[in-house]
Amino acid sequence: MKRADLRRIGARIVHRTVLFVFTVLLAFPFYWMVIATFKQNLDLYTVENNPFIFNAKPSLDNLHLLFYETGYVRWLGNTALVGAIVVAITLLLAVPAAYALARLTGRWGQRLGIGIFLTYLVPSTLLFIPLSRVVAVLGLQDTIWSVVLVYPSFTIPFSIWLLMAFFKSIPKELEDAAMVDGLTRFGAFVKMVIPISTSGILTVVIFTFTLVTQEFVYALTFISPESNQMVGVGIPIFLVRGDVYFWGSLMAACLIASLPIAFLYNLFLDRFIAGFTVGAVK
Amino acid sequence: MAIVRPRIKSIGAAESPLLGAAMCGPAILYIGLLIGAPFDLAVFYAFSDARIGSTTLHFVGLENFRSILQSPGFHMALKNSIVFTICAQAIVVVCSTTLSIALEKKFRGRGLVRFLILLPWVAPVSLGSIGWKWILDSIYSVITWVVVWLHIFKPYDAPMWLGEPHLAMASVILVHCWRLIPFSTVVMLAGSSAIPKEIPEAASIDGAGFWRTLFQIRIPMMLPIINVAVLFGTIFTFTDMTVVYILTAGGPFDSTQTLPSLAFATGIQGSDLAAGAAISLFLVPVLVVIAYLMLRMAHRAEVV
Repeated sequence: MKRADLRRIGARIVHRTVLFVFTVLLAFPFYWMVIATFKQNLDLYTVENNPFIFNAKPSLDNLHLLFYETGYVRWLGNTALVGAIVVAITLLLAVPAAYALARLTGRWGQRLGIGIFLTYLVPSTLLFIPLSRVVAVLGLQDTIWSVVLVYPSFTIPFSIWLLMAFFKSIPKELEDAAMVDGLTRFGAFVKMVIPISTSGILTVVIFTFTLVTQEFVYALTFISPESNQMVGVGIPIFLVRGDVYFWGSLMAACLIASLPIAFLYNLFLDRFIAGFTVGAVK
Repeated sequence: MAIVRPRIKSIGAAESPLLGAAMCGPAILYIGLLIGAPFDLAVFYAFSDARIGSTTLHFVGLENFRSILQSPGFHMALKNSIVFTICAQAIVVVCSTTLSIALEKKFRGRGLVRFLILLPWVAPVSLGSIGWKWILDSIYSVITWVVVWLHIFKPYDAPMWLGEPHLAMASVILVHCWRLIPFSTVVMLAGSSAIPKEIPEAASIDGAGFWRTLFQIRIPMMLPIINVAVLFGTIFTFTDMTVVYILTAGGPFDSTQTLPSLAFATGIQGSDLAAGAAISLFLVPVLVVIAYLMLRMAHRAEVV
């Protein structure tokens, strides 16, 4: 009896310790960003100071520098604009395609669907060299339109894959009934299927937007002027002057750009993961 | 009802290939033009002498591959890519299996813990990496401060975490793990929630201890989902250049260069498109193997 109790308490302690250690290790860089954001430079750059605490009063200097003396706000705007356009393109192409593959084209639909999913595995590091020439030939180099053109190539495949599973879960009888009532197949899709698929479509919107903010390689390759940068490239490349890193402002910039995306992504995470695990989990 | 049903079904089953093609055509065309065509172009470049700024282009056969295979930089990058991927995946599998089992149980504050654990995956990778660059800074690193405070090293005598080849390699692997553990954990959580709870419970009632239940029942049952996590994780690590580019830019002395970062350094920064394209083509065999394994797994799930 007593031994069983001890074992249970022991198991509990191990459980808590495992969780605590992992949480601290994984979240630490973000905690570190918060600290650096509000530290004065003198405090930040004195080697003897205990880095875990504020040795001088917290200040907003780093944030001031970031918002008023760098292109940060501009980069955030560029990213939001590109995100919005890429979301629109992705929805326009992926929603009908996913529906067609889920319903209309039968067994071939499944095969094509898997084929499209496999294109999601083709990495940007394989395509950025030829695409840099394509972008240059089209005259899009150094503008945000270069990434507007290229980003849907990885947001569409995964969106189709997610939406296919979603459309398959809608009972076929619904459209059949609508078609008996005189709607065409396409009419049934627009008037019946899309309205009840809002949550699936919303997932795709969030997913596409977060992918756009996370992308690094294409933006780094295609765009060089500071003012046309995306936030993911602007911060690590342009908040460094020569060899001087503005660490306080850098960390503030990372924190402010990461948190909203992290919150959004977190809300929809289970659905994305469902997209990855289709096939292995029945 | 029984009479009406077949009629309705026949409407639903009536396929209209034309509408189907019109609805998925544009998406497939887009993917073909922006993934298929550039891929072909990459292959074409690899057999040519294409350079940024040069307008002429000649077919040079296997010349690019020959010179790449002879360069020590390429050997280093290939070795690093493999070492980084295998080390990172080994650590990630162990950590995320542990973490997913710990997260399975319901407890207070689970939502918050999950959010904090997921941060590395959901935040943009370039920004997480720059956070690590500050943590691993040569002078102001918090790790340096701690080891000096613990008297493991004298002040100003601690190693430069990103400045010495082996430490820099370890740092790159560490940051890859940091980023992928959350992803693998959530994938495994999704998978293990599909395992019927009764089986491990029955085993423990029958007297099997925690470790026995873990290694003989739970982990074997989780294997398919662990495979999924490893396959995706392998692709994400093997093809990534963001972490390396931001942390070390391949240095010191090219000791952390990987295939993708070498392709970038050669093809874009060095203007040698042909050699860059040829280097990046070495990613393809790994991608093909992984795609094959995924297809086999999807096929098996469909058949069962």
